[in-house]
Amino acid sequence: MAVVPPAGAAALAPNSLQTIVRHGLNGTQTVSDTPWLDQDGQKPLVQIKGVSKKYGDVTAVDNVDLDIYSGELFCLLGGSGCGKSTLLRMLAGFETLNTGQILIDGVDMADVPAYERPTNMMFQSYALFPHMSVEKNIAFGLQQDRVPKNDITDRVHDILKLVELEKFKKRKPQQLSGGQRQRVALARALVKQPKLLLLDEPLAALDKKLRKQTQFELANIQEQVGVTFIVVTHDQEEAMTLSSRMAVMDAGRFQQIGTPTEIYEFPTSRFVADFIGSANIFEGRVSEDGADHITVQTDAVEIFIDHGQSLSVGSRIWVGLRPEKIRIIKSDDAASGLNQISGKVDDIGYLGETSIYKVELPNGQIIDITAPNQSRPMDREQRITWEDKVMLSWDPSSAMLLSS
Amino acid sequence: MSDATAPEPPGANRPFAKRMMRKLQDNWRSVIIAIPFFWLLFFFLAPFFIVAKISLAELAIASPPFTKMVEWTDSGIMTIRIVFDNFTYIFEDSLYFDTYVNSLKISVTSTIICLLFGYPVAYAIVRSGPVAKPILLFLIILPFWTSFLLRVYAWMGLLADQGTINNLLIALGIIDEPIRMLYTEFAVFVGVVYTYMPFMILPLYANMEKLDGSLNEAAADLGSRPTNTFFKVTLPLTIPGIVAGCLLVFIPATGEYVIPDLLGGGNVNMIGRVLFNEFSRNSDWPVAAAVAIVLLFLLVLPIMVFQYYQGKASEAD
Repeated sequence: MAVVPPAGAAALAPNSLQTIVRHGLNGTQTVSDTPWLDQDGQKPLVQIKGVSKKYGDVTAVDNVDLDIYSGELFCLLGGSGCGKSTLLRMLAGFETLNTGQILIDGVDMADVPAYERPTNMMFQSYALFPHMSVEKNIAFGLQQDRVPKNDITDRVHDILKLVELEKFKKRKPQQLSGGQRQRVALARALVKQPKLLLLDEPLAALDKKLRKQTQFELANIQEQVGVTFIVVTHDQEEAMTLSSRMAVMDAGRFQQIGTPTEIYEFPTSRFVADFIGSANIFEGRVSEDGADHITVQTDAVEIFIDHGQSLSVGSRIWVGLRPEKIRIIKSDDAASGLNQISGKVDDIGYLGETSIYKVELPNGQIIDITAPNQSRPMDREQRITWEDKVMLSWDPSSAMLLSS
Repeated sequence: MSDATAPEPPGANRPFAKRMMRKLQDNWRSVIIAIPFFWLLFFFLAPFFIVAKISLAELAIASPPFTKMVEWTDSGIMTIRIVFDNFTYIFEDSLYFDTYVNSLKISVTSTIICLLFGYPVAYAIVRSGPVAKPILLFLIILPFWTSFLLRVYAWMGLLADQGTINNLLIALGIIDEPIRMLYTEFAVFVGVVYTYMPFMILPLYANMEKLDGSLNEAAADLGSRPTNTFFKVTLPLTIPGIVAGCLLVFIPATGEYVIPDLLGGGNVNMIGRVLFNEFSRNSDWPVAAAVAIVLLFLLVLPIMVFQYYQGKASEAD
């Protein structure tokens, strides 16, 4: 029994049918915003088929399948040791597969060594050659392809312009700041105009502020050059901001694949619901299965969901509720009806823009609610404080059905 | 201590001692630098000047067996005798020139052999697994636990006409009569390469260990084949290790005495042997000193090159 995102979920992706014209390094090209939907017989750029990788007894990647289409910015998201880096390194050709097949542009990569693959990688450590200037680092890849000297100079110049490092071209990597090094690494990988660019934690070495800024820069550059990006990251915010599509990985498997909106709004498992953002999880059984809705009876409350798909009555299921999707008001009234529950404020975390309320439900479960602090709480009577009785409620569309 | 000098009150020294301590604390950097400074002054620079002085003297039947540089006559006139004969003698007698050339030939060749063998060994150790690595490093250092002299004698046993290697080859029927190895230049090469190999491997290992393994991957990713990666990335980045290893082999190998004496017998002349013969057998200290001074200048040049590269490397970091 698997819960799949309802058809409506796909419609949440913006401009799903719109194709836009972009001006990339290679001139004008037409790229779809959602290439995984408008396939039209188009072959995926990357096909990962039943790929596994074991190190001794440890299974790093466990029989995964994935298609990535040209023009995507695909994020592999997961905690450390989930196998995301191993998968990326297999694409680059640094690791062999135990089982399965990787095809890039329809070509089986099994016997293609790293130095002949149509991919380039941006390393987490950047791996810039310390004995070469910025310019020479970037030119290195072009020299391997025996590109004529004049072309090399032009292309290095163009890419340095793109990453705004023209002034630093004579410097050695160790004479640059972290952010500048990151851009050199990106330029070096991009200058060969690979079909596929692999980025291993591209922003992990930057400080928080620079990271946020660079996230948008990276997405912009990807749009400009039109190269397919696969980004490995452990930072869910980074994955959400960057990706057109993402895969959440755990224990060597994909837990869910989808757009950031799909993953956040319609996670299919407790793991994904909890890994991306936070979620209050209720365990229960399906009590009613209507044509356009489903009702789940849990210990604490009966939850009515208006986007549920057919599930047999009595089957065990989990329901997730995002903290920001729950309304909280001060009230002594007892809860009456669906999607309503009364509780007592156990703790409050004041974060400035929002506050986190920890509310104890009648059955003893404590759930999180976040609410924006829209007005200054002048009125003591109105303000929610410790030990207050509160009423919680949410929309029928807010709850998330989690199958595992 | 006589009674006339009254014992100083115990506290009298204290302000001075205290002031000195304070000064020491304030200038601790100078104090710390002073230790190696005085060490080098007493144990390197002073002996060097003594040797230099002897090299400018003449052989004399005296003890020590050379003329004094400064002498006072009875009438109070100071005479300074400086003789350059020893140096002109060294350059005139082709024995010395040939020996220097032979020493340099042996040490340069040995250095190159050590580099050619040591480089891949160091590379393999760096690339070896977490279990094998400490064991391999230990094996490199292990020979130092036995006396150097003993190990050279062991090579005599191995290389002799009736030695292990010849006996083995004869027993296997590969040769009919022993190959002459001991007391040849070949034996000296074996001894020098064997003895100084760890001095090549260890600095190379230290240098390679610091290299980021992802650099090789990055080069491959950018389309570079393994051999190209080696020449364009690995080799340039290991130059500091190569320089350090080569100097650590070349410098002591040039002045080597024990190995050419024991393994080369009378057939291989190296400058260390000549120096020893002049000094102890001929008792000609001035010529021995001159030989040493010339050797020193031959070796100072590579040291300066080494310093230059080290300075450059630390600048780059």
